[in-house]
Amino acid sequence: MSSGKHLNGIHVNHSKNTAGQAIIPMTLPEKVYIPMSQHIGAPCQPIVAVGDHVKVGQKIGDNEAPVCAPIHSSVSGDVVAISKAMSQMGRVDTIIEIVPDGKQEIAETVVPPVVTDKASFIKAVRESGVVGLGGATFPMSVKFNVREPAKVDTFIVNAAECEPFITVDHQNMLTHGQEIVDGVRAVLKWLNVERAFIGIETNKPDAIAKMKELTKDDSNITIAELRQVYPQGAERVIIYETTGRHLLAGKLPADVGCIVSNVTSVLKMQQFLATGMPLVSKSMTVDGNCVANPQNVDVPIGTPLCDVIEFCGGTTKEVKKIVLGGPMMGRAIPKDEYGVIKGNSAILCFDETFATQHEASACISCGKCVRGCPMNLMPCKLAKAWEQQNIDMLREYHVTTCMECGCCGYSCPARKQLNFEIKLAKQWVMTEDRKAADKAKAEAEAAKAKAEAEKEGGNK
Amino acid sequence: MSTKHTNLIVSSSPHVCDPVDTKTIMRAVVIALVPAFAVSCSVFGITALSMVAVCVAACVLFEAACRKLLNRPQTIGDWSAVVTGVILAFNLPSTLPYWMAVIGCFAALVLVKQLFGGLGQNFANPAIVGRIVLFIAFATPMTNWEITPRMSSVIREAAGADAVTGATPLGLLNKGIEVPVNDMAIGFINGSLGEISAVALLLGGIYLIYRKVITWEIPVAFLATVAVLAVLMGQNPLFHLCAGGAMLGAFFMATDYVTSPMTGKGKLIFGIGCGIMTMLIRQFGSYPEGVSFAILLMNILTPHIDNWTKTKLNGVQNGGAK
Repeated sequence: MSSGKHLNGIHVNHSKNTAGQAIIPMTLPEKVYIPMSQHIGAPCQPIVAVGDHVKVGQKIGDNEAPVCAPIHSSVSGDVVAISKAMSQMGRVDTIIEIVPDGKQEIAETVVPPVVTDKASFIKAVRESGVVGLGGATFPMSVKFNVREPAKVDTFIVNAAECEPFITVDHQNMLTHGQEIVDGVRAVLKWLNVERAFIGIETNKPDAIAKMKELTKDDSNITIAELRQVYPQGAERVIIYETTGRHLLAGKLPADVGCIVSNVTSVLKMQQFLATGMPLVSKSMTVDGNCVANPQNVDVPIGTPLCDVIEFCGGTTKEVKKIVLGGPMMGRAIPKDEYGVIKGNSAILCFDETFATQHEASACISCGKCVRGCPMNLMPCKLAKAWEQQNIDMLREYHVTTCMECGCCGYSCPARKQLNFEIKLAKQWVMTEDRKAADKAKAEAEAAKAKAEAEKEGGNK
Repeated sequence: MSTKHTNLIVSSSPHVCDPVDTKTIMRAVVIALVPAFAVSCSVFGITALSMVAVCVAACVLFEAACRKLLNRPQTIGDWSAVVTGVILAFNLPSTLPYWMAVIGCFAALVLVKQLFGGLGQNFANPAIVGRIVLFIAFATPMTNWEITPRMSSVIREAAGADAVTGATPLGLLNKGIEVPVNDMAIGFINGSLGEISAVALLLGGIYLIYRKVITWEIPVAFLATVAVLAVLMGQNPLFHLCAGGAMLGAFFMATDYVTSPMTGKGKLIFGIGCGIMTMLIRQFGSYPEGVSFAILLMNILTPHIDNWTKTKLNGVQNGGAK
């Protein structure tokens, strides 16, 4: 039960098999496939052409739309094709294919940016190409450019890494702790934010000790030790656990005075500020019970997933399921030929025992899903309403508040796909709400037009 | 060129699940009932074993037959019918003819459970309705409490030297005779097969709470209410906790997921309601014991309690209150 001090959650086996393993840089693949949509927002437009020679860190895609992050080449080599193909997100995307020349020459544009004020800082963050690297992929510069800056008093660095298996954030804190702290200081300084929290789950005591040591002279940076309860890293949960503020569904963290960034995003941002090298590679955990040598690797963006698996010794058993990201919220993909994108934090390969779907049986109203829900929803009721296609009940039980963390589906003893049903129900309600809003708007406009017409008629 | 993996299984997250499923939960309940069963065997002998066997077999067969006739997927593998069988047997006197017990199983499994749609759909606890049907249909055999040499001397003396059956501690209380609490706690008393040993049932209940199969709210609220009301009525609270079906009801029947509220607050209300009804029936009703009626009544109130105790939402203004 919710104690009032903490939000509900569940205990998941951490499976942090790669903890303590250094992040190994991966060898160059034969070809990289860089999709133009690697973030939430408008996809980039290619700014290179087939036949162009590109260098590491050179910008190859951008878009002037307000919500966008530019994309840079991860290799030096020749652009051999710009094609339309399915990306790992399941959408048709523009993909720039580059064959590396092996020299990894660095682009002339890679020079440390000059930051003198908030505007130039946000511009630099945009040029770094950094997005929410925990998996949400929201452009960092947009996140920093809040509408009412005076209301923001807290910067939260999300280093909970609450998903099982993934250990790259942990590893980055151990090896790049100083850069992370420098990044936090830069954010506090340029955005004029009072204080920062670095939220770390207590299953990483070495990272907590290290970050505490590095911030011992910063009175405005607090290391928040988070409980080992999934999902501490969910935005709404980490905001509550560090500041005690409730972020309501549909609101942005800035509405409660917070900006939340993943720890590796902060690191990559800082590396750009220091060196001018934008985000061209992604550190990720390769694990799962099929991988020969589970390890942490630093992968050039666009590297085919199958090459990354091969680099980790390939697979030992027949792979039945590949999950990108953690097992709680990650996506299962139909094949592994896609290029790595910025939001990928893990590749997990599972055999039949993990992949086989359990047959769902009847709900026994045990209430485990209710006790596990950080938002205090009643997932079993929502699933029932979805099965009965009862939209009123879905609204009554506030389906749109669900953040899809998966606690309900994990804990259900009847093996019902609660998370999936609620996702579908949520989309349904949101679509209907949008339709209703559009209709109301159209009607209001029609009524207004009619009234005006009548008024004009009356004048005549 | 790297090995490519295609035709992978795609499904919605989460991709891992808690190893505990319905079957594990039901099996844990059966395990938790073992100590009470052992005491029952020691007090009543082989009858305890055969009654449990008959009820379990009947329940499983009725479940299998129903699912087959109704053309629904077979569900005997979830162990829920076994649990119902054991609990119903625990609610019957050792002297009850087996054919009557089978009728109770029919009422429980077919009428209450399967005709309402099977596991998860029943509005009341099947074992309780099974017991109540038998209690009303066969009042005399259902209150024929066998006396064995292991039982408390107070009970044996009250029944008379040669008596093979006699009143239970709750029946004797109405006559002003109080059976020593330590005899009742261990289970050296007459009564339904599985309800006699408070200590064994408590042990099983603690196991269920430890395994997180049940939460503490219902049993604690139920038993605490019984104890408090006993004190208010000027009686020995320990006596009332150990007597009749209080322990069996509080830990194993009132906690049935399907027919009890889902939230902690709802469970507390449910438990308190069970305790109040039990004591009212014990004190003022024409039956000496009221646990099963109390639980049945609260089962019927459960959907309302669930409505009254909706969770306060974290992601909505004012917790979603209108």
